[in-house]
Amino acid sequence: MADTNDLLKSAGGKRIDEATGTSTVGHEWDGIEELDTPMPRWWLWSLYATIVWGIAYVILYPAWPMVHGATEGVLGWSSRGQLEQEMQADAKRRAPVMNAIAATAITDLPAKPELMQAAVQGGGAAFRVHCVQCHGAGGAGVRKLYPSLTDDDWLWGGDLATIEYTITHGIRNPDHKATRTSQMPAFGRDGILEPAQIADVVSFVRTISHQEKPGASSARGAAIFEANCSVCHGPAGQGGRQVGAPKLTDAIWLYGGDGASLTATITQPRNGVMPRWGARLDPVTIKMLAAYVYSLGGGEKTPVPAPEGQKVDGQP
Amino acid sequence: MANPEVPPPAALYEARKGVYPKKVDGPFRRFKWAIMAVTLAIYYATPWIRWDRGPHAPDQAVLVDLANRRFYMFQIEIWPHEFYYVAGLLIMAGIGLFLVTSAVGRAWCGYACPQTVWTDLFQHVDRLIDGDRNAQIRLANGPWTVEKIAKRVLKYAIYLIVAFWTGGAWIMYFADAPTLTQDFWTGQAAPVAYVTVAVLTATTFVLGGFLREQVCIYMCPWPRIQTAMMDEKSLLVTYKDWRGEPRGSVKKAEKKPGGFGDCVDCNQCVAVCPTGIDIREGPQIGCITCALCIDACDSVMAQVGRPRGLIDYCTLDDAAIEKAGGVAPPIRKTLLRPRTLVYFGIWGAIGLAMLFTLGQRTRLDLAVQHERSPLYIQLSDGSIRNNYTLKLRNMELRPRDVEIRVSGLRGAQLWTPAGSRETARQSLRLSLAPDSVTPVKLFVAAPATGPERQDFTIAVRGLDDDPRGDNDIIQFDRPETGL
Repeated sequence: MADTNDLLKSAGGKRIDEATGTSTVGHEWDGIEELDTPMPRWWLWSLYATIVWGIAYVILYPAWPMVHGATEGVLGWSSRGQLEQEMQADAKRRAPVMNAIAATAITDLPAKPELMQAAVQGGGAAFRVHCVQCHGAGGAGVRKLYPSLTDDDWLWGGDLATIEYTITHGIRNPDHKATRTSQMPAFGRDGILEPAQIADVVSFVRTISHQEKPGASSARGAAIFEANCSVCHGPAGQGGRQVGAPKLTDAIWLYGGDGASLTATITQPRNGVMPRWGARLDPVTIKMLAAYVYSLGGGEKTPVPAPEGQKVDGQP
Repeated sequence: MANPEVPPPAALYEARKGVYPKKVDGPFRRFKWAIMAVTLAIYYATPWIRWDRGPHAPDQAVLVDLANRRFYMFQIEIWPHEFYYVAGLLIMAGIGLFLVTSAVGRAWCGYACPQTVWTDLFQHVDRLIDGDRNAQIRLANGPWTVEKIAKRVLKYAIYLIVAFWTGGAWIMYFADAPTLTQDFWTGQAAPVAYVTVAVLTATTFVLGGFLREQVCIYMCPWPRIQTAMMDEKSLLVTYKDWRGEPRGSVKKAEKKPGGFGDCVDCNQCVAVCPTGIDIREGPQIGCITCALCIDACDSVMAQVGRPRGLIDYCTLDDAAIEKAGGVAPPIRKTLLRPRTLVYFGIWGAIGLAMLFTLGQRTRLDLAVQHERSPLYIQLSDGSIRNNYTLKLRNMELRPRDVEIRVSGLRGAQLWTPAGSRETARQSLRLSLAPDSVTPVKLFVAAPATGPERQDFTIAVRGLDDDPRGDNDIIQFDRPETGL
C-alpha cells in the first residue's frame, strides 16, 4: 500500500485513504485532505431530472428575454393574466354581498350588522383609493384645508343618506344641478364690510364659541352678524346644514378659530369644493363609502322625516 | 498512468449496491417489531380517535385545523398566538434527541426514525414476495423471466398501497377524518388533499422502496450532527475485535487451538444488516445501530457454544477497559452521568413549565391597538376622542358575556359604533361567540384638559362564573399644546 501511495503522491498528490480505501483528491490544507468519494448514481439521475424539468419549463412558460418582451411559452401563462383571473374570481366571490348591498337602502344598512360590516370594509378600501388624497388616512382631514370626517361636526349633515348624497353629487360643482352649493360672500375683498366691522364680527364669533369674554367689540359685532351672517349661520351661530354653513359655537374650526384665521375667512372665504363621485364611481361603491365615513365615529342617526317644504332642492 | 501498480482512477459515479438483509430473530428484532407496531398504530389510528368538545368545536382528538387556525390535542386547544407551546414541544424534541443520543447513541436512527420504520416494513414486503436474502439476490441477478416480472409487479403494487396509505393517513390530521375520507373517495376533497397524498405516496414509494439506506448515508444531516453529540460514554454497536480476532471457522480453530478468536467469520452480521455494512470494520456512518447484527451474532455464538455479546452495545470507554482485560461497569452507570442528567433536567423542566402555564392560562384575551390616523379627534364640545381596535379572544367553547372597563383616564366615556356618545359610560358589555376572535372598534372620549400623552388601562373580565380576564395598558393622546 505504501508503495502505491508514494507513486500516487508523486503523480499528483493523490493517495489511497487507509480507513476507507478511497482515493483522495490530492490537495492538502494543514493536514486536512478530501476524499474523492464517487457520487451515488441516483444523484446523477436527479441532476438529469432537473435539466429535463428546466427544458420543459422553458417550453411551457415565459422564459427567454427578447428585445420586446419575452418568449411566451406554449401554456400562454402570464402573471398579469393570473392576476386578472384572481381578480375575476374574487369579484365573483364578492358578488352576493355586493348585490345584497345594492338591493338594500342605505338607511336600512345598520339594521343588518353583517351587511353593514361588509359595506364599511369595502368603503374603507375605496376610501383609501379615492378619498385619502384630501381627507387623509382614516378620514383625519387636513388642518385648514379639508374637513375631518371622524368628528361629530358636519357641514352638510352626518346621517347615512345625507353622506351618500354629498358623495354622489359633490360640493360646489358648477356644471351639476343637484350638487350641494352655497357661496359665502367675500365680505372683506368685495368691500361689503369695513375691516373694523370684520374685527367686530370676529370678536362676536369668538364670544359665542367661548374663546373670548363679551365686550364692546363683540356687542357691535352681534348687530353686524345679525344683519350679514345669521341668514346662513343662524341667529345664534348654530350653523345651517341646508347651505353647508358651519356651526360657529363649537370647538371645531375647519379653517381655524383664532382671530387671524377668522379674519382671513371672512375677508375671503374658501368655499371648498369636492368632486361629485357619482360621475366616477358606481352606486354600490358610493353606498359603501358612505357607510365607511358614517362608521368613523361621528355618524348621526337617520332623522325622523321632516315635514313637507323643509327640504331644499330635494336634498336630504 | 502506464504503471500497472497504480489503480485506475475511481469512477465519478457509483451505482447503489443492493442490500438484501436476511431474516433474523432475537430480542432486538422483537423490540423493533414492537416499536414498529406502536409507531405505525399511532400514526394510522390517531386521527380516528374521537373526543367530545361540545357543539362549538370539532370532535377529533388530534386535529391541526389550518383553515381556522386551531390545534386540538385531546383536551388542549392551542391558538395561533399560543404557538410558543408548539415551539416548546419542538425544543423538548430537540433536547430529547440530545438526551437519547448522548445516552444510547443513534437509537433514534435504529428504531424510531420513519425512514427506518418504513424501510423495515418494505424489506418485510421484499421477503414476503421474493423470499429471504439468497432468493432475493438470485432474483435480482437473474434474467427477466415471467416469474420475475410478476413478482416485481406484485411487490411494487404492495409498495404503492403502503405508500398511498401512508400519504392518505397524513391528511387525516388536518381535517375531520371520516368526512375527509368520504370526500376523498367521492372527489369532493380540496385539491391540496390530493396533491399532498400524491406527493407523500411518491416520497414513501421512492424513499422506502428504493433509496432506503441511501437516505441515511447521503441525504440525512442527522448522522453528521449525532457524531458531534456522542462522546466516549455513548452506547455504540461494537464488534469486540479484541475478542473476535483473528477470525476463523470452527474447523480451523479445532485444528489450531488458541490461534483464533471467537469470530467464526460466518458473515451473518453482514447478511442481516439493513444498510449493508460490515460492523467488524468499526463504527461508521452507515451504522444506524439497529442491533440486528447483535441478534444474528448471538444466535451463532449460541450454536457454536461461545458466550453471547461478540457484537454488542458498548461505549468507547468500556471498550478500552475490556480490551485491557478489565470488566466494564454496568450500563446503568454509563446511562446515569452528569451530561444525561442535565439534559433530562432541562427536558423535564421545560415540560413541567409548559404544563404549569397550560393549567394557568386564561381563556379570555384582550389585545388593544391605538388607532394612529388620526391620533386624536377634536369633538365639538371641546373634549377629545381616541379610537382603539380591540381584539377579544374568547378561547372557551361557550358563548360569554364580558365587560370592558377603562381605568386611569379621568372622565372617560366609551362606546362602540353600535352605541352612541349619548349612552356612553365608563364600561360596556359585550357578548362573545364561542371559540372566536371579536374585533371591536372602541371610541374613548375624555376632557381636553390633561397631559398630551397619557397611559391608561383597558380591561376585560368575564361576567359569568369565571371573572378572570385580561388587560392592556395603552396611550391616550391629546392635541399638542400651543398649536
